[in-house]
Amino acid sequence: MRLTELPLRQPAYVDLIDWSALSASEGQRLREFGLCEGASVEALHHGGLWGKGPIACKVGRMTIAMRRNHAAAVTVRTGPDAAP
Amino acid sequence: MSVLPLVALVGNPNAGKSALFNALTGARQKLGNYPGVTVERKAGRLALADGRPVELVDLPGTYSLNAASPDEQVTRDVVMGRQAGERQPDALVIVVDASNLDNHLRFALELIALGLPTIVALNMVDLATRDGLELDAAVLSRELGVPVIATVAVRKRGLDHLREELGGLLGSVAPEAKAPLPERDFDAVRDEARRIARAAIVRETPSRRLTAAVDRVALHPLFGLLLLLGLLFVMFQAVYAWSEAPIAMIEGLAEAAANSVRDALPDGMLRSFLVDGVINGVGSVVVFLPQILILFFFILMLEATGYMVRAAFLMDGLMARVGLSGRAFIPLLSSFACAIPGIMATRTIADPKDRLTTILIAPLMTCSARLPVYAVIIGAFIPARDVLPGVGLQGFVLFCLYISGIIGAMLVALILRMTVTKGASGGFLMEMPKYQWPRPQDIVLGLWQRAVIFLKRAGTIIFTSTVILWLLLSYPKPPEGSAVSQVDYSIAGRIAGGLNVILEPIGFNRDISLALIPAMAAREVAVSALATVYSIDAGDDEALLERSLGDRLKDQWPLPTALAFLAWFIFAPQCISTIAVTRRETNGWKWPLFMVGYLFVLAYVAAGLTYWTATAAGL
Repeated sequence: MRLTELPLRQPAYVDLIDWSALSASEGQRLREFGLCEGASVEALHHGGLWGKGPIACKVGRMTIAMRRNHAAAVTVRTGPDAAP
Repeated sequence: MSVLPLVALVGNPNAGKSALFNALTGARQKLGNYPGVTVERKAGRLALADGRPVELVDLPGTYSLNAASPDEQVTRDVVMGRQAGERQPDALVIVVDASNLDNHLRFALELIALGLPTIVALNMVDLATRDGLELDAAVLSRELGVPVIATVAVRKRGLDHLREELGGLLGSVAPEAKAPLPERDFDAVRDEARRIARAAIVRETPSRRLTAAVDRVALHPLFGLLLLLGLLFVMFQAVYAWSEAPIAMIEGLAEAAANSVRDALPDGMLRSFLVDGVINGVGSVVVFLPQILILFFFILMLEATGYMVRAAFLMDGLMARVGLSGRAFIPLLSSFACAIPGIMATRTIADPKDRLTTILIAPLMTCSARLPVYAVIIGAFIPARDVLPGVGLQGFVLFCLYISGIIGAMLVALILRMTVTKGASGGFLMEMPKYQWPRPQDIVLGLWQRAVIFLKRAGTIIFTSTVILWLLLSYPKPPEGSAVSQVDYSIAGRIAGGLNVILEPIGFNRDISLALIPAMAAREVAVSALATVYSIDAGDDEALLERSLGDRLKDQWPLPTALAFLAWFIFAPQCISTIAVTRRETNGWKWPLFMVGYLFVLAYVAAGLTYWTATAAGL
């Protein structure tokens, strides 16, 4: 599923990142934040009163915020054998 | 004298670099700029364990040597010895956050590969422990091949050890020129960083996560927003409630000074200059120091605790609607203190159009220089009663003025994004640091630096404009027995008379026209200018002289005029320093001129609408 659909506080792992949906600098910044295939990820908060705001999520040990259009580029998997 | 060895403090944002810099250098800091760019250079002197002095420079935080913004370019160029106006550092102190090793070690590995003598400060180990993370600095040091010292900057832990190691590093023979390591793939470095981080972790137990608990409320779509509004409301109430006593004290001092000059000197030009120009003019601005410091106190606290990023997160949804990024909220909130650091803080916004729009609306955030103007008018015209228990009407009006500025800014941003800065909106990508309790000394140091800047302004720009205004107001003298008042007869009075043709329709009188000219130098001069005008107007009338500026305004201005004056200052064309910094940040005159133009129009229209509405309502 996409990171935008991941229920809050459910541990997951990054399966795939559609780098083409991100600009070069956005992709670079996300990599620097530790976002890569296989990284552990957990959605923490959805901002905005009408669900249109950014998403705060934990990537590894870091908490980062990103907009929904960026989060939609990240596919995650959950479940017992999701860990790489 | 030989040049001091230069040590650069470098690391990721939120690694606690500035706290470490403050702890190492104390109050002996020098703020400056790198030539050609507006990135602030922060340097200080540090004494090594053996007493040798070293120059320590705090570089802007960045995530890698692959720089995205102007700030980050400076960091890259300094450590590589390519930055104009800075020599290559003799040693690096890499600051890493102990609880975020995976990420911070990746950048550390990039820096270590440069081959400069290096120490790693494993900072904020206390917060890591709080989160159940135990680390072995010795393992880390062995893996990285450089000394690693556990530090807690805010508690001054590990600093002596750091000074000792640094001494050893700088005392050794000149750094041998290492062959630069072959450039490695980003992913390879990241994987190595992960491996090292895993090796250094002794124990990891799940524990109470303070940050997560607080964020459940602070980032909640509804409660978080209410909390943010509540915080801002408390901030503006405090600006009034906490400042009463210190303001009364400063006023008392100014009055005592004026009285002793009056007693000591015979009536004449010198006495008038000292009392009307210097003491009344500058004093009427200095009196707002307590309120400005209270405002800065809140902003520094919000920044240092890590809350500011949460505010940006909460606001991103709203900011996106007007085509901005939540990131813009931080420069905009800083602009409440002063638009200059606010405009400079836009450098962290990567998207050029986002950044330009943010710069253009920054002056609409009510800066602290407008506070004296608001304070004196509100104090004179708005009764000091409670609208609700504990909520004063004066504080409420002030809050509304700030909100009007914000709404105005949002509307302007929306229009700009559809016209002159049209284009796709940039994103919102931010790290959310852990909450932490700031070190009181860091806050005090920040307030002290602000107070010095404000008093310097009062002593230079404000003093000069007040003195020039006094001269223009005092000459020429009207002939003996003339019915024309001194102010009307003076050069300034005649200029204002001309200007008044334009400003009269929106309810402004001659005195306001007079005050608006020097207010271009610095907005708060409007207050000192009014004080000087009324001081000269009063002449030798003891009864009039003893009345406060507020009381005299109340006698002479109808309420609609006062309200129009407030409305004018919500949008008031900004001070010369803001225009200058905008020119520097946008590399030309086009945007600063555009900014001044649109602000003038907005101010005129807003003041006019207020005046006509208030008059029609019979106020």
